[in-house]
Amino acid sequence: MKRTTKRRLVVWGVNLGVLAAVVAALLLIDWSAFRANFWSPDGVAGGDSNWGDLITIGAVNTVKYTAIAFAGGLAFAVVLSLMRLSPIATLRWLATAYVEFFRGLPALLVILFMGFGLPIAIGWNPPGGVVGAGLLALIMVASAYMAETLRAGIQAVPKGQTEAARSLGMGATSTTFRVVLPQAFRIVIPPLTNEFVLLIKDTALLSVIGSTFTGRELTTVARDFTSSGVSAGTATSLVQAALLYLVITIPLTQLVAWQERRQRKATR
Amino acid sequence: MSGVPLEKPGRAADASQPAIAVRNLHKSFGHNEVLKGIDFFVDPGQVVCVIGPSGSGKSTLLRCVNRLEEPTSGEVLIEGIDICDPETDLDDVRSRIGMVFQQFNLFPHLSVLKNLTLAQRTVRGRGKEEAVQVARANLAKVGLSDKESAYPAHLSGGQQQRVAIARALSMDPDMMLFDEPTSALDPELVGDVLSVMKDLAAEGMTMMVVTHEMGFAREVGDKLVFMDGGVVVEEGVPAEVLSNPQHERTQAFLSKVL
Repeated sequence: MKRTTKRRLVVWGVNLGVLAAVVAALLLIDWSAFRANFWSPDGVAGGDSNWGDLITIGAVNTVKYTAIAFAGGLAFAVVLSLMRLSPIATLRWLATAYVEFFRGLPALLVILFMGFGLPIAIGWNPPGGVVGAGLLALIMVASAYMAETLRAGIQAVPKGQTEAARSLGMGATSTTFRVVLPQAFRIVIPPLTNEFVLLIKDTALLSVIGSTFTGRELTTVARDFTSSGVSAGTATSLVQAALLYLVITIPLTQLVAWQERRQRKATR
Repeated sequence: MSGVPLEKPGRAADASQPAIAVRNLHKSFGHNEVLKGIDFFVDPGQVVCVIGPSGSGKSTLLRCVNRLEEPTSGEVLIEGIDICDPETDLDDVRSRIGMVFQQFNLFPHLSVLKNLTLAQRTVRGRGKEEAVQVARANLAKVGLSDKESAYPAHLSGGQQQRVAIARALSMDPDMMLFDEPTSALDPELVGDVLSVMKDLAAEGMTMMVVTHEMGFAREVGDKLVFMDGGVVVEEGVPAEVLSNPQHERTQAFLSKVL
């Protein structure tokens, strides 16, 4: 048998196997029970459906919290990454300690600490309430990861770029902000997108510290709907939340992939 | 030979001081001593070419002139100003020394025009209009007026190097350093870059050129310096050094490259 023929047979074998498994699953599932638990009619349609709160409260807050945590984390990460590359040893050491500390802890633990531990211990009234404290925790954790990403990006900018800028008389600051960082950001767009998507999902951790009714993020809203509302007692709201998360994350990764292709065309 | 005027029109360079004066310069990388006591001078308006085998220290010498490399010991004076003196405003001195790199080092995230205006605006403090005007004049000079909105990646190596020269010229430098400006170019692109450099020399620009282009050195250079093993082995009028080298290391090197 020729190699190509053999290969084609293997591919078709796999395709048929997968198809058979899907058909078998479709036939074996008890559809009414499946639907009642995962896609309860009252939860997904009609004026009282879960969609209203899931979207206008949950999804909106998730996007808002992610944006805040990302912007805050990135701004802090720029400082941290520059500290890590500083000629001053103390700054390098501080930034390294910070990064190692927060990369080594579960985000959930930091959120609990900031939400419950710190306010009580030092009588601190976090801006934005408990959610504010949780967001601060997310910023602290995210900045540690993003600082490492940025540092790698800065180091990937060829040394000749700095030399060219300095030889023109540009100072260290304008060289960093006008020449090095813009190129570093371009390099780290893919890993930063990854951080962004991770952060979207990490906002779900905020569900452990509670919030006002209208301050709940998507997972909290979905969880609350499992015990109250029109689809209480079913996992319908969780499936709905899953769909909403995907609606947010997938276009985002696609958008960045597209931008990246366009940029590569423009500058390469 | 080139009739290079000693004074540049419209520039108040102090002709009594050498443009570049290097005295007893040592430079070590770890235990590796790359420069072993260099004395080197470029007068205003002069074109000095530095040749030598790879590893001879010629690029390191050039990079010490604007302190991209930190001299280990010795003295580097630019128009009489000690660049290693902590009191010296290094950025200000650097802004008056144009530098052209082997690998061009254009800013890839900026258009050609922005490459030429960035330092003018941040260092010279020029307004946008003036910076663009200066940039356009220098692009015209290197024959690339039609490329101002292109990005470096869309240019050939020769075009990129000419943009790099225009970028350096846009700062109105008193002198130009060239670090093997044609070594990374395809052979057919070398000529364009060299002709831009010739025009510059003819205008009276003070130039220090580390190069392997012996033809350029002979035709344009006022002085030729041969380095080997971290020392200046021989220097003199280019045509004489090239056709009648006195030192046997010079002879051995030239017999290989000519």
